[in-house]
Amino acid sequence: MAPSSNRRPGSSRRAQYSTFLAYVIAFAGVIAGVAVLLFSTSNAGAFASLRSGATDAVAPAATAAAASRSESQTVWSALKGYFTYGVRVARNEQELAEARVKLAEAAALKNENARLKALLELRESEPKPVAMARLIGSTSTSTRRFALLGAGRNQGVAVGMPVRSPLGLVGRVLETGDRTARVLLITDTESLVPVRRASDGVPAFAAGRGDGTLQLRLINLGTNPLKVGDAFVTSGSGGLYWPNTAIAVVTRLTRDGAIARALSDPGTTEFVEVQPLWEEGTAAQQLTAPPAAGAR
Amino acid sequence: MPVPIPEHLKDLPRPRINRAPSPLLAMSLPWLLVMLGSLSPTWPIVSSAPVMPPLGFLFLLGWLHLRPGLLPVWAGLPLGLFDDLLSGQPMGSAILLWSLATIGMDYVETRFPWRGFVQNWLVASAVIAGYLLVAAWFAGVHRQPDLLLAMLPQIAVSILAYPLAAQLVGLVDRLRLIPVREV
Repeated sequence: MAPSSNRRPGSSRRAQYSTFLAYVIAFAGVIAGVAVLLFSTSNAGAFASLRSGATDAVAPAATAAAASRSESQTVWSALKGYFTYGVRVARNEQELAEARVKLAEAAALKNENARLKALLELRESEPKPVAMARLIGSTSTSTRRFALLGAGRNQGVAVGMPVRSPLGLVGRVLETGDRTARVLLITDTESLVPVRRASDGVPAFAAGRGDGTLQLRLINLGTNPLKVGDAFVTSGSGGLYWPNTAIAVVTRLTRDGAIARALSDPGTTEFVEVQPLWEEGTAAQQLTAPPAAGAR
Repeated sequence: MPVPIPEHLKDLPRPRINRAPSPLLAMSLPWLLVMLGSLSPTWPIVSSAPVMPPLGFLFLLGWLHLRPGLLPVWAGLPLGLFDDLLSGQPMGSAILLWSLATIGMDYVETRFPWRGFVQNWLVASAVIAGYLLVAAWFAGVHRQPDLLLAMLPQIAVSILAYPLAAQLVGLVDRLRLIPVREV
């Protein structure tokens, strides 16, 4: 393309000054960027209100878009979903008819179950959810793994609350806006969850690796007792996460632990459940800072 | 890259003479397109690894290449701030990197004024790869070196997506300059 002449302002003093000023502002932007970056990396909770204000503003459009997804949603399946819509509607209608019958049967079973439990005086270990909401988006361009949740302070969501799907733990609430919240996924590199093996309770930490898998670090070192296929659940130690929530399955052994695949792919879950905090007495001020700093 | 007027826009029933582009459209559409690209984290795609190209940044590069001087040289500051609010990166990362990219593109423009699209694509590829890697470093990838491997697909997709982004920028540039205002 031909060189543009607008960068040679000629003899006009006004044009010379405005060109000079543009460069001054541009380099001020660089310096401001460095300053803000240094400030925000040393203060994890800084700018939280700005960010949640922005997500609140764009939430209506994002929620409407999220309502259209129902099956497993990677980038390609999101596109594919539009083309297979008719087939899926037909299949869903058939499944709905069958499900109505099963629902009636299940209601009977549930009644019987409640009666038997009352007989045994068992208490429910699962907490009552604070809110049910959609994950309306995620930071799919950044290496950090955050998701946007379609519920916020107005629905009773507070910082630190665990978020789970029917398949397992998804993450925990990091920042809240009025109608949205930012969720730190368990696969984020700053996420650290105390877990134990479901079968015998071998304790470990599950740290995110940022690519959809988790690094399991054993607390008791020595011979590695893990095997491929071991299922891990949250242990509830240290507060925050409710115990016995499924989290990951071992796929590969390493020297000091294992690599595990997270069970709840946040892309394939439509609704997630926000749970109240496990143990109310935990230090709430620690929750805003990423937990990884002390454990590494 | 510049594109011809789409066929269905040619046949709009409107007078052709005594018309000029609306200054509001002409000035605001470049900013709006870049901000629209920055909104991509709110799309209904929840992924467990970084996969999407940084669309806002691609559109910014597209405008800087197609119309040098249309976005002022300080445009990286406000646009980067908007991107930071939604991208999940530490605040300030896009302010810094987008400002540097705008200044760098301005330098390339003065140093090599005669370029074709292939040269632009080469420059953009280097800038995009550098941007993604440095942004990942700001987000703490040095504590998790395996993640660099998981970023390679994203870098490849972003470089391949640049011509598409440039094509879209060209189309919006056409819309921007449609003469709608009576003079």
